[in-house]
Amino acid sequence: MRTLDKKLLRDFKRLWPQALAISLVLACGVATLILSIGTYRSLDETRRAYYERHQFASIFATASRAPQSLMREIGLISGVAGAQGRIVEPVLLDITGMIEPASGLVVSLPDHDTLRLNKLYLRSGRLPTPGKSGEAVVSDRFSKAHGFRVGSTFAGILQGRQVKFQITGVAMSPEFIYALGPGDLVPDYRRFGVIWMRQQQVAGLTKLDGAFNSVSLTLLPGTSQPAVIAALDRLLAPYGGTAAYGRKDQMSNAFLDSELKQLQAMAGVIPPIFMFVSAFLINMIMSRLVALEREQIGLLKALGYSQLAVSAHYVKLVLVISLTGVVIGFAAGTWLGDGLTRLYSEFFNFPFFIFQRSLDVYLLAAGIGIAAALLGGLKSALSAASLPPATAMRPAAPTLYRKSSAFGQWLASTMSQLTVMAFRHLVRWPLRSGFTMLGTSLAVALLVTAMFSFGSINFMIDTVYFRTDRQDATISFSTPLAPTAVHAVKKLPGVLSVEPYRVMMVQMSHGSHSRRVAITGKPQNMRLSRLLDIELAPISLPSSGLVLSERLAMHLGAQRGDVISMKLLEEGWHEVKVPVVDIIRSYFGLGAYMDIAALDRLSRIGPRRSGVYVELDANRHKEIYAAIKAMPKAASIALQTQSLKKFRETIEQNITIMTTVYIVLAVIIAFGVVYNSARIQLSERARELASLRVLGFTRNEVSRVLIIELAIILLVAQPVGWILGYGFSWAVVRGFQSDLFRIPFVVQNSAYGWSSIVVIIASVLSAFIVISRVRQLDIIRVLKTKE
Amino acid sequence: MSIRQNKKVAVFTVEDLTKTYHTGEVDVYALRGVSTKLYQGELSVVLGPSGSGKSTFMNIIGGLDTATSGRVMFKDLDLSGASETELTNFRRRHVGFVFQFYNLIPSLTARENVALVTEISTNPMRPEDALALVGLEKRMNHFPAQMSGGEQQRVAIARAIAKNPEVLLCDEPTGSLDSKTGRLVLEALTRINDELGTTTAIISHNAVIHKLAHRTLYFADGEIVREQVSDKRLTPSQLEW
Repeated sequence: MRTLDKKLLRDFKRLWPQALAISLVLACGVATLILSIGTYRSLDETRRAYYERHQFASIFATASRAPQSLMREIGLISGVAGAQGRIVEPVLLDITGMIEPASGLVVSLPDHDTLRLNKLYLRSGRLPTPGKSGEAVVSDRFSKAHGFRVGSTFAGILQGRQVKFQITGVAMSPEFIYALGPGDLVPDYRRFGVIWMRQQQVAGLTKLDGAFNSVSLTLLPGTSQPAVIAALDRLLAPYGGTAAYGRKDQMSNAFLDSELKQLQAMAGVIPPIFMFVSAFLINMIMSRLVALEREQIGLLKALGYSQLAVSAHYVKLVLVISLTGVVIGFAAGTWLGDGLTRLYSEFFNFPFFIFQRSLDVYLLAAGIGIAAALLGGLKSALSAASLPPATAMRPAAPTLYRKSSAFGQWLASTMSQLTVMAFRHLVRWPLRSGFTMLGTSLAVALLVTAMFSFGSINFMIDTVYFRTDRQDATISFSTPLAPTAVHAVKKLPGVLSVEPYRVMMVQMSHGSHSRRVAITGKPQNMRLSRLLDIELAPISLPSSGLVLSERLAMHLGAQRGDVISMKLLEEGWHEVKVPVVDIIRSYFGLGAYMDIAALDRLSRIGPRRSGVYVELDANRHKEIYAAIKAMPKAASIALQTQSLKKFRETIEQNITIMTTVYIVLAVIIAFGVVYNSARIQLSERARELASLRVLGFTRNEVSRVLIIELAIILLVAQPVGWILGYGFSWAVVRGFQSDLFRIPFVVQNSAYGWSSIVVIIASVLSAFIVISRVRQLDIIRVLKTKE
Repeated sequence: MSIRQNKKVAVFTVEDLTKTYHTGEVDVYALRGVSTKLYQGELSVVLGPSGSGKSTFMNIIGGLDTATSGRVMFKDLDLSGASETELTNFRRRHVGFVFQFYNLIPSLTARENVALVTEISTNPMRPEDALALVGLEKRMNHFPAQMSGGEQQRVAIARAIAKNPEVLLCDEPTGSLDSKTGRLVLEALTRINDELGTTTAIISHNAVIHKLAHRTLYFADGEIVREQVSDKRLTPSQLEW
């Protein structure tokens, strides 16, 4: 080994705690980059492969009842590669061991043909035998949640008919990677399942013989999706077609899209923070090292080492530090990636998972990490190389402090000299002090970003479950019923009050904007399921006109007073014009609302009710659930308490994991920044501090100089961190915004408080490690050496 | 003057002092049984070649270091068995130090460097007065980097004497200075010794300096080989450098 390299290794050994602190920060950058890009690719690739292998459709449409013969015409639409008609119908389930009813979706399979689109992945058992009554394949998670096996049975009510399902197999489908039950915000596989039965069976139960009510299409490459959708809409319009849509609006796919979007956002925000902090830290310790080794550099050059050799020596040290970080980052990124992937496989239903541990992700992460480190260290390495040997071998000129302003002098006169020392040192190196402060504040900001979600989610829960949807259950009817059906529900045992609703699928257009949405009719003075205005105050519906959620209003470019043209899709696309009378706040979907009586007036088929919101007697759940299970016209039931419980469980689990990861990341940043900054301070000021000891200052008094400076940095970092954290959180909320859901932007004071507490504790501990070194100051040696 | 002449009071009593450093596998004997006394109000000069033990001696009597064996008494206070806290207190109350490399705090002005000490002393002089004693009353608001070496050393002296210490210990105070500046520094030191009666010890390589001293200790190989008391002293301006 060459002598200079031996020096390098010894330097690294001597500097190891500082080097390790930096390597860890860099490792976080590398790990989060691998995590986000790696997981993004894994998830994206898994979905792509699953969709491709199982022929996931590109276009979906529903109708009320379309004849099978129409399928031929659909198949002839230009650009259509494959088309499959089927029957999809909600079903209320009565499962042994469950007091409350569960919900299901019955999906038909062709009787003799094989599925061409949305093919099933059969995990176990077999497909139902055509003609065999009640045979069904059920979704994997639903089956697991109930401990079903092949041969298990359960009951259900489909269109008012009692059905006994017998399980022949367990399957997964690319249509239900993320499967939400009615009224749920997160999947609850105990209360929602998908049931596949042969066409003939389903047709018999739903009276849709020779007909279908759902169609899926795949397209030939290069086909225009809007053109096919338009053609499909034209064909289905006479049969209650409710406007076709693409994958973008398919529920399961849209949730995956939103997850992928978040991973992408993560890749763009978190790794750069760590790379930036690493670059700064490397810059800080390399500058100090070059300052300390000034005379050695002079000597090396006097001995004949070239500028290149000297700068290469310091660049190598940067490389050793960054490679250590890269190696740790690789390990941590792989480990975290596995963890996140496991979390995804719990959340999403994939039959397989493709790990995208491709070399290029690792190379990219390593490349960015090393580049950031080199960027940080390059200036010092170059400045070392450019020092003329004669200058280098002379001690550096003493640090020049300049007279401060009159105000500064007055301020200094009010403080102890130890405090003045701390302040002047801070101000003398504004860039370094600023970056140290910024580094620390980034740790605070990361934590605020992790912790604000507690407040936002709680706010959302409060708004959704306690101020908007205050009903205990929502029962939807299998077909729209006459208003008298509502009275029947009211008479059920344990039902305290009911509120009807009517849902109509419409195509809304305003100017060039157009959206397919469900419009909900509600009574003017809602008591159970309410609407809140932009300020979240409950409103009552005006007797006519439309109330739009702000997201929908934005998509339509509509404001209060604008007239919206609506095609009532289930009524032969009959067109009406309605003015927008109010715009409201809503965190889910693209809501549109009207007074139920006004909606009835628009409809050509007269008053109909899609379901009811009900208030239940908490002591009579058993009776009411039994009654609902026996209700012939109930298609599904959403239970608020269960849904909230599941939502809390899921969100808490996710947030706890996320917060833990963020705390670790923030502690690493805080430690890296504060520890290195304190070490450098100690190194630079050893002489001053030793002088103070000689003058009779105690160790505690001497430590105070360091503590004051760190405390000022730490204090200023808090509000800056809060502001940055507020900004990051806002960006996260913006990133989360989709047509499916929006997170309210609420940062509670406790998020700021806890973030600061964690960072302050981490900083105080790391500063303490350094300050304990003040005890080891060799007074005599320091004073006897030239600066 | 009267104290010095009539009744000699020992400020430091050193008995059989040894100091051994362990460097690697070799033991270095820096002091090998030094015994002496420094008297109140006297200006002593400690001479000797490099490595003769003079700085080690000064560090031990100044409470910066501890002896391996032997005894150091500062008046009635036994420094040989003192704890770290006791030594810190001793330095804080009784000793002023001046070093070859000034050791000023670069971020504090001359006045503030002196105030650093007066703030923690029980009976200090005003920083302005201390600086006036060394002739720097007009440079009070300058930072170290804005001053010459001699000026910086005089600030260090002002800082050392501002707390009215009983002893002033100077380790090579002129070591980094040219003769003209060195003379200015020595003038400041003798003036303080004369006017304030501060017991002063100056370590030097420069044998000429002993002509300023009441007492000269010659060190060689960790021992005091000669001790000389002189009645006839020169002023710094009379020294031939």
